[in-house]
Amino acid sequence: MLAESLALTAALFVIGVIGVLIHRNAIIIFMCVELMLTAVNLTFVAFSRFYGTAGQVFVVFVMTVSAAEAAVGLAIIIAIFRHRQTIDLKDINLLKG
Amino acid sequence: MLLQTAVSAASQAHPLSGTIAEWVWLLPILPLAGFVINGLLSLAGAHFGPTDPTAAEHEHHSEGAADASAISHAGHGADGDDQHAVKRHRWAGVVSVVGPGVLILSFLLALGIWQAMASAQPAAPFIQRYFSWMPVGDLHIDAAFQLDQLSMLMILVITGVGALIHVFSVGYMRDDPGYPRYFSYLNLFVFFMLVLVLGANYPVLFVGWEGVGLCSYLLIGFWFNDKANADAGKKAFIVNRIGDFGLLVAMFMLFANIGVLDFIGVSAKALDLGAGSALVTTICLFMFLGCTGKSAQIPLYIWLPDAMAGPTPVSALIHAATMVTAGVYLIARSSFLFSLSPVASLTVAVVGAVTAIFAATIGLKQWDIKKVLAYSTISQLGYMFVGVGVGAYVSGMFHLVTHAFFKALLFLGSGSVIHAMHAAYHRTHSNEDAQDMRNMGGLRRYLPVTCVLMWIATLAISGIPPLSGFMSKDEILGSVFARAQGSTLASATWLGIPGSTLLYIIYAIGLAAAFLTAVYMTRMMLYTFHGPARTGTEEEEALHEAPWIMTGPLVVLGILTVFGGWLNLPEVITGIIPLGPRELLAHWLDPVVGDATTRIAAGAAQVPASTEQALIGAAVVIAVAGIVFAMTRLKPDRLPRKRDAVPEHGFEGVVAHKYYVDEGIERTIVEPTYAVSRSFLWRVIDNGLIDGFFVNGSAALARGLGWVGSRLQTGNVGIYAWVLVVGVLVMLGAFTLR
Repeated sequence: MLAESLALTAALFVIGVIGVLIHRNAIIIFMCVELMLTAVNLTFVAFSRFYGTAGQVFVVFVMTVSAAEAAVGLAIIIAIFRHRQTIDLKDINLLKG
Repeated sequence: MLLQTAVSAASQAHPLSGTIAEWVWLLPILPLAGFVINGLLSLAGAHFGPTDPTAAEHEHHSEGAADASAISHAGHGADGDDQHAVKRHRWAGVVSVVGPGVLILSFLLALGIWQAMASAQPAAPFIQRYFSWMPVGDLHIDAAFQLDQLSMLMILVITGVGALIHVFSVGYMRDDPGYPRYFSYLNLFVFFMLVLVLGANYPVLFVGWEGVGLCSYLLIGFWFNDKANADAGKKAFIVNRIGDFGLLVAMFMLFANIGVLDFIGVSAKALDLGAGSALVTTICLFMFLGCTGKSAQIPLYIWLPDAMAGPTPVSALIHAATMVTAGVYLIARSSFLFSLSPVASLTVAVVGAVTAIFAATIGLKQWDIKKVLAYSTISQLGYMFVGVGVGAYVSGMFHLVTHAFFKALLFLGSGSVIHAMHAAYHRTHSNEDAQDMRNMGGLRRYLPVTCVLMWIATLAISGIPPLSGFMSKDEILGSVFARAQGSTLASATWLGIPGSTLLYIIYAIGLAAAFLTAVYMTRMMLYTFHGPARTGTEEEEALHEAPWIMTGPLVVLGILTVFGGWLNLPEVITGIIPLGPRELLAHWLDPVVGDATTRIAAGAAQVPASTEQALIGAAVVIAVAGIVFAMTRLKPDRLPRKRDAVPEHGFEGVVAHKYYVDEGIERTIVEPTYAVSRSFLWRVIDNGLIDGFFVNGSAALARGLGWVGSRLQTGNVGIYAWVLVVGVLVMLGAFTLR
């Protein structure tokens, strides 16, 4: 049972990673990051089924943090859009060395 | 005081403990205090004191002839000796009391200690340990003083002759703006010199050895505004470093092989090195290298003539009477080592003899009065080394003492002459050389006291009985002859030459050098004091005898020059004429150098008295012959002035140019060193390797790495994500596959 759960979460996580890597749209990348977080949450839950409830506590923490992160992240994206009329990450390289 | 309290338990039983000898630490401390006081006064500022009357007069003159006086200033400065007093230093009065005062106090204390020692007659040296200086592993070096008959003799010479020269300096240097600085250096010199002769081990001696070198450097370059003087100081310092390297190596070898460095310990263990072994010979030769530097022997003598750039009393004190004799002292002090190595001893004697004749020939053709005396000093130091080289340590030390008397007298006399000449040229704003004998002549009319005293010293150095120089020089030559007859030296071989033959050759060289000594000294006196005056009529009016504060020390030194021989009257003379007690100095020094002398003289047959008398007769005849030769052959009447002089040609020219030794060294050592420094060390090593590769190279490396790093910062988040993922995968792969 654990193996199947972990396979599912690994698949979800890899989908998220691939999404982050291949997309340029900030919103989609953002959603892929959320997908990765969700995959991790699922892993916690799956482990808590076998090793006690600590995993579920972590899930609550992760969801809290990811909610805050989503708020900040979306705010930044909106600010960037207002400033540059685009959220394509290819065009946003202010930190270029 | 701190030093006073720490008297070691070992010295409690010594006959000198509890006497005035406990105060031996005060001997060097007094000049050190003088150095501190005069140094502080020197820093307290110059040029504010009362105006020197002659300087004021000079200023008055120079209003009309500013250009001429400026030239005169520059000209006299370039000639080396006197500098013009602009204004007397504001503290000159205090310095005149403190500077010589500390020396006189030191001398009085030395006399007290001497009296205590004379009554106690200690057989063993009196050691005063003050504190542990270098306790490192097996190396235990104490800051300790050793008082024995040898150091006592040196102390008396240093403080006695030193005090006289300090008094003379008051008259000679009073109007110099750097007067307090001069006396602070001079006092510091005496401090280090006393440390040198009082040190109970080689490292303490070495501190004094280096210290006197430093003071010599400071005083040669005393008028450092003139580059020639500063260069002369540097030359002395650098040449001396070569010798000091030898002394250091000798100390290292001593420690490596016998593990001790104090004189008592080394003398006790010296036999462990093996008599006549290559090891002891090497140690002695390295030590002698140090002596050749400090005492101006071949090959390191070249600095001493240039050292005449310093003030004349400095030449008298440092470069004639005391510092340059440190090498002789070192060999006498290390007699327990040198007596073990006939080869090293013979080397010392050969180098001394060759130096004696070599310098004497150069002295024949010098025109600068101080240069004549400088080469004369080198030559006489050669005699001393012949003495200590053949194991006649008493004779060497005896000549050291008498030489200190008559050479200090000669130098101070020349100072008095230069003082007068300088004042004369100063009066007329002349640009002539005040030290060149071709500009002098007939000075006996103006400087009668100086003239008579310098003649006494000249006769003494030439070896006319019964003056001191005769006694000591004759004793050295007699010792060489006696050693040639039979001793460990005579039975040894030196570079394949039998020792006996070599000693006879040295004796012959010594006689030849004695002849030359008489010639060049008489020449100097004739050209300086006799014949027509070449100074110029206007200048003659300004010529005058020096003030009493300068002639007073000269008179005392004159008395010492006459009666110095009584220190060690040889038996052969007291046997004929009962002048006084015989061989006082030999008895005095016997506890220190007696064993070593006996060891070297082993198997020597007593030279018959008739032979000795014949030798003395020959030496006197040669000295008289030299004087007569110079008197008859030299024509002071026909001598042209310096500006009219034509350069010498042929062999005379070679001698006048000092055998081109300086030029040779310039070509073979100095210029190649410069060339290598410029083309390789500077261009390749410094500019190329250090600046180019290390300094600029590391900067370029940092810049390059920064450029690579900045290229990686594309600002594109996608690429960062890729790098991150690849990195994670690599890490995971590495952990999985491990």
